[in-house]
Order: sequence, then C-alpha cells, then structure tokens
Amino acid sequence: MSKIKSLDELMKIREEAEKSFNLRSTSESEDRVQIRVGMATCGIASGARETMNAIVDELEKENITNVSVTQTGCMGFCEEEPIVEVLFPDKPSVVYSLVDEERGREIIQKHIKQGILLENAIMNKSFNTARE
Amino acid sequence: MSYKMHLLVCGGTGCHASDSDILLETLREEIKANGLENDVQALVTGCFGFCEKGPIVKVYPDNVFYIEVKPEDAKEIVAEHLVKGRRIERLLYEEPTLEVKLAEHKEMPFYKKQLRIALRNCGFIDPENINEYFANDGYQALGKAVTQMTPRDVIDSVKESGLRGRGGGGFPTGMKWDFATKYDADQKYVVCNADEGDPGAFMDRSILEGDPHSVLEAMAIAGYAIGASHGYIYIRAEYPLAIERLKIAIAQAKETGMLGEDIFGSGFNFDIELKLGAGAFVCGEETALIHSIEGKRGEPTTKPPFPAESGVWGKPTIVNNVETLANIPVIINRGSDWFAKIGTEKSKGTKVFALAGKINNVGLVEVPMGITLREIIYEIGGGIKNGKKFKAVQTGGPSGGCISDQFLDTPIDYDSLIQIGSMMGSGGMIVLDEDDCMVNIAKFYLEFTVEESCGKCTPCRVGNKRLLEILEKITEGKGTPEDLKMLEELGSAIKDTSLCGLGQTAPNPVLSTLKYFRHEYEAHVNEKKCPSGVCQNLLSYEIIPDKCVGCTACARVCPVNCIEGAPKKVHVIDQSKCIKCGACYEACKFDAIKKG
Repeated sequence: MSKIKSLDELMKIREEAEKSFNLRSTSESEDRVQIRVGMATCGIASGARETMNAIVDELEKENITNVSVTQTGCMGFCEEEPIVEVLFPDKPSVVYSLVDEERGREIIQKHIKQGILLENAIMNKSFNTARE
Repeated sequence: MSYKMHLLVCGGTGCHASDSDILLETLREEIKANGLENDVQALVTGCFGFCEKGPIVKVYPDNVFYIEVKPEDAKEIVAEHLVKGRRIERLLYEEPTLEVKLAEHKEMPFYKKQLRIALRNCGFIDPENINEYFANDGYQALGKAVTQMTPRDVIDSVKESGLRGRGGGGFPTGMKWDFATKYDADQKYVVCNADEGDPGAFMDRSILEGDPHSVLEAMAIAGYAIGASHGYIYIRAEYPLAIERLKIAIAQAKETGMLGEDIFGSGFNFDIELKLGAGAFVCGEETALIHSIEGKRGEPTTKPPFPAESGVWGKPTIVNNVETLANIPVIINRGSDWFAKIGTEKSKGTKVFALAGKINNVGLVEVPMGITLREIIYEIGGGIKNGKKFKAVQTGGPSGGCISDQFLDTPIDYDSLIQIGSMMGSGGMIVLDEDDCMVNIAKFYLEFTVEESCGKCTPCRVGNKRLLEILEKITEGKGTPEDLKMLEELGSAIKDTSLCGLGQTAPNPVLSTLKYFRHEYEAHVNEKKCPSGVCQNLLSYEIIPDKCVGCTACARVCPVNCIEGAPKKVHVIDQSKCIKCGACYEACKFDAIKKG
C-alpha cells in the first residue's frame, strides 16, 4: 500500500475498507433490514445459493449498506423454494416464494429500494413462528 | 466478490489459552473442505471480554454469539450454521436467571450495562489488518489533528474532555501534556506505559492485542500536541502476543504513512520504538520506567523534576498509560463535549475493569464512571460463584484496598474510591466471598510488594518487610493486640516516607482491611481463630462423638494416620499429629467433623 498523503486520501481508503466491513457494522445496527434466504437441502437444490449470490451482488451494485443477508434453515414449504424473507424493523415480515436470481434482483430494486412489494411473488404476508 | 459471512474467533489471552488458535485453524480447514472459502472469512479478533465463557466465536451477519467453542465443534458450526443456516443451540449463552438461550450478545446482561470506548474495536476488528481499523474511523483523528488543529487546540480538547490517567493515579491527561509544552527542547518524547503489572489485570494487554493501532494513533496525536517526534512503548516481555501485534501494526502504519515523516503532508514527523521490559513491577512507576528505557536500573527517583521537564535522556517527556491513550482518538473525533457527558463530575468517560475472583462472569468490562459496585458485581458479573456471600472487593491491585459491602452502592470514580480507602488503580477488581480470610488477602498483596520493592528507599524495603512479618505472625496465631497498633503506625509511616508510588501505596491493602475487617484481625489475635477457616495454623478439626457412626471414612483418607477408632466406634483425632489438611472434613458424610 502506498503512503497516504492527505485526509481526503484517507477518507477514500476508508470508503473502500468499509465495503468489506459493512457486513459487520450493519448487523450490529438497530435499524438494519434483514433478508433471509432459506438454505436447507431443498432450498440449495432449487438454487438458493445462486439467488443469494444475486441478492448480495445487487446490493453491492446499488451500494446499499443497511441490509444484511443471512441464510436460514428450512422454511417449511419445500415446493416453493427458494424462499426469501424480507424483514424491515417494526414491520411484519414478507416472504417471497420461487425466488430465482432475477426475482432476487427485483426484490432489491423494488422492495428494498422503493418499498414496493412484489405482490405476485408473496407467499404469505404475515409469517409468524412459535418463537415470536 | 466479497465474503458473505464473517466468523470472528476471539484471540484474546483467555480464549487463546483455551485453544482458540487451533479452533480458528480447524474452522478454516472445514470452510475449505465445504468449498466455502470464497463466501466465508474466518479471522482472529481481540478480547470480547467474556473470558469466563471463552473461546468466543461470533458469526456475522447473523449476529450470533457462540460460547465455549472447542476445536471439535468446528465441523458442526460449518456444516450446520454456515451451510444450512441453522444456529447451534447448545453453543449459545444461556441466561442463568431466566434459563433462556440468547443468540445476540447485546441481549446479555454482561454487555447491557457496558459502554465500550477504549475497547471499541476489541472483538470487532482484525487487529492485524490496518484496513479494518481504517473502516472504523482509524487514523482520522490524527489526520484531523495535524491538518486542521493547532497543537494548542489538541491539548485544549483533551483538557476539556476531562480525561484522567487510567494507569492508577488519575492525573488529568491534558494538563500533563500542557506541562510538556512549557519546556523548550530540541527533542521531546511520548512514552506509552504498557508495563501492566497488577496481579489479575489484563486491560492494557487486551487493548494492545485487540486494537494496537488506536494506541499508535494516540501517541502520534500526543507527539503533535507537545512537539515530540519520537515515541517509546514500554511493554513487558511477558506479553509476546501484544508485542507481535504491535510490531505488525507499526510496520503497517509506517507503510501507509501514518507514522514516519511528513504525516498527512503536514510536515509533522513521528516514529515509535518498542522497549521491552523484564517485568519488574516498579517499572510501571514513570521515573523507574524512564530509567529502564535508558538502559539503567529500573529504580525511581524523586519528583520534581517531573518527566514533563526532564524525562527520557533528560528531555521533556509525557508518560501515558495504554487505556488513557486508547480514549484519545475518540475524543478528537467525537469532540470533548461528547466525552465529558459520560461519567461523574470529576471523573469523565469510562473505565475498563478486569473482573476476577469469586464471580460468575470473569472477564473484561468497560463501564461509565459513576456506576456502582453492585451493578458491576451483580448485574454484569452475574453475582458470586456458587451462591456464596459477598465479603469484599479488592480494587487497585497491590496499591489498592478492600471495599466492604457497606459501599456496594457508592458510585465509583477516582475520588470516591480514595475516600473509602482504596483506589482505582489500573482497574483490577477481585471479588472475595465468605471463604476468604482478609488477613490472608492483605498478606498476599504485601508479599507481592515486598518481592517487587526495588530496595532503593528504606521505608519500602525494610518497613514493608516488617509489616509482612507481623502479618505472618498473626496468621500463625502468635499475634498480640499491640501488633494491630503497630500495623497501623508502621503502615502510615511507610505511606508518608516512601520514595515512589509503590511504597506509598503498599500498606493500603493492610490498612483498608484493618479498617473494615478489624474483627477478623481481632479474632486471629485474641481468640486465635481464623473465622473463614483459611489460616491453617489456627484451624482445628474435631470429631463430634454424637454424630460419628464409625464408618472409618476419615481414618482411611488421613495422610498422617492420626485418626484412631475401630469400625462402628467413635473416632478421635490426635491433635498433636494433625496437619490440618482438611481431608477428613471433606470425606465425612455425616457432618461429624467440626472445623474451627
């Protein structure tokens, strides 16, 4: 690495360094948005890994930093995999079914960026579990 | 493509000792075996503070906190959590009072009351990667100081923040820096005192191991403020990991121009050199430390002249402790007003404490000044081990004192601790329960200071030795009431006449226990009893004839065969042969042996 010669240069390096660090700072923040991708055997078999890669890639492209993407266990409806759950703080979670790469990117573009739900892809508007 | 998951493995002293390095290797192997090396990054980080339950592994972005993770668990973490996204319940922390498993560390009572400023990056960043420090405001304070502030501005901010030295004395840091500017010299020095020597204390070590750059940055800021271009870090050779991380950090800082010449194009030069100490306790005293840096014997000299006037090589020098320095970048970045809002009227900010002794959550905690001991011990510390009764807490190490339960609700800061006969010290906090004998505790600390006294001045060299002899006499059951008076008289004479801080504070553990636990001393002296059953010479074991069923269990375990009696007959201990080992007491199933 070359020498940093001004505060501006440092801020540029910081920005670059933050990119690989956002994963950690975002998960610690209170108002983060969570995207959970079902990653059980059925999910992986129907392409959840590719979906997740697409979602992460789209977020990076759009420079969105307040979203953390995590994988989770079986969502229970294997027929509809890959399943993706979007959780805004203080809002009921939204679960999308049959999310391929394209639909994954669409979730970022519409739901995350503009707050518009993908009505035709929603599996169940309120998804409660015994835990909650 | 960047990593989708980060796995942080604690590399702090405690976790490292429980094989966290092997765990990290195993995790990496498993990640590779599952073809996840491009998705998951496993890295080492500094102390999370929750040493009681180490090794700690934290998984991002799920924000899951695993405790007591062994290398054998690596396979399951990778196969279950990383591949399938299922949390491993058995490795989660279970809140003892509620009996619920908690996944996120923020929910844990241990972390709820903490405010981490000096430890802000410990357990969050990779200490061996300067980029992670850059991503968390790293070196911004230095950049701001040298390009936008005058040295006077910097000193004023530190003064206004109210920061006081975290090494023990609590001297205002800004004032210390200001003194050094009053003397003209061709060279001045900034010294970081990393000679942490209190038994059981590991605050500074954890900061250096977990966030070394914060100390380097602060030293450069201090250098700019007082007009010094050279810094020394005096660190004990017993801290090999901290030394290693510091070496890496210094090399990275030089490479990126954060240390060296013309920093941020401002014309300011600053370099840092490591000096390894041989681990003498007295070298934590600043004048002794300076002599040690110069290659002389680590012995103190009288002040004045203070180091600010004549320090290393006779030049103006400031000596700051590690934790003090770790606060500096935050003060510059967030402003002195922000910092001054935290804490009490005269003690601002936070303090890191190393919790140890008879407490459930042994570890490293950082709390705002003004918190009470009750909050630290019962809420953060999770209370006393095995449901025993709290007796006292020892703060300030060998220079401090013991605080009894009547002060549990006193808000703690520099001044309140001195008022109740102890001191902040560097932040060691050892919790004692009903099984600890206060005379014995005082003896333990005095043994330490007698051992570590450099011998230069008579009150410390001879006085403390005499003090220790009296304590030994008392614990052996040979004490007289006059001895208690002598302890007080001699103790206060040593405090008044010793040359340096070591001698001036060495009698504190004796004097404070004598003040708050005088009844224990009196029991030793007058009744020849040790109420806690610790001092062996004052113990006796007796068999209660009514309760003895003659099972022979005691006679069989007695190592000196001093218990006589036939099966199903009452047994008797021969007091003249008994070595008071307590084996019979442990072995008896019928509570027939009386300890007293």
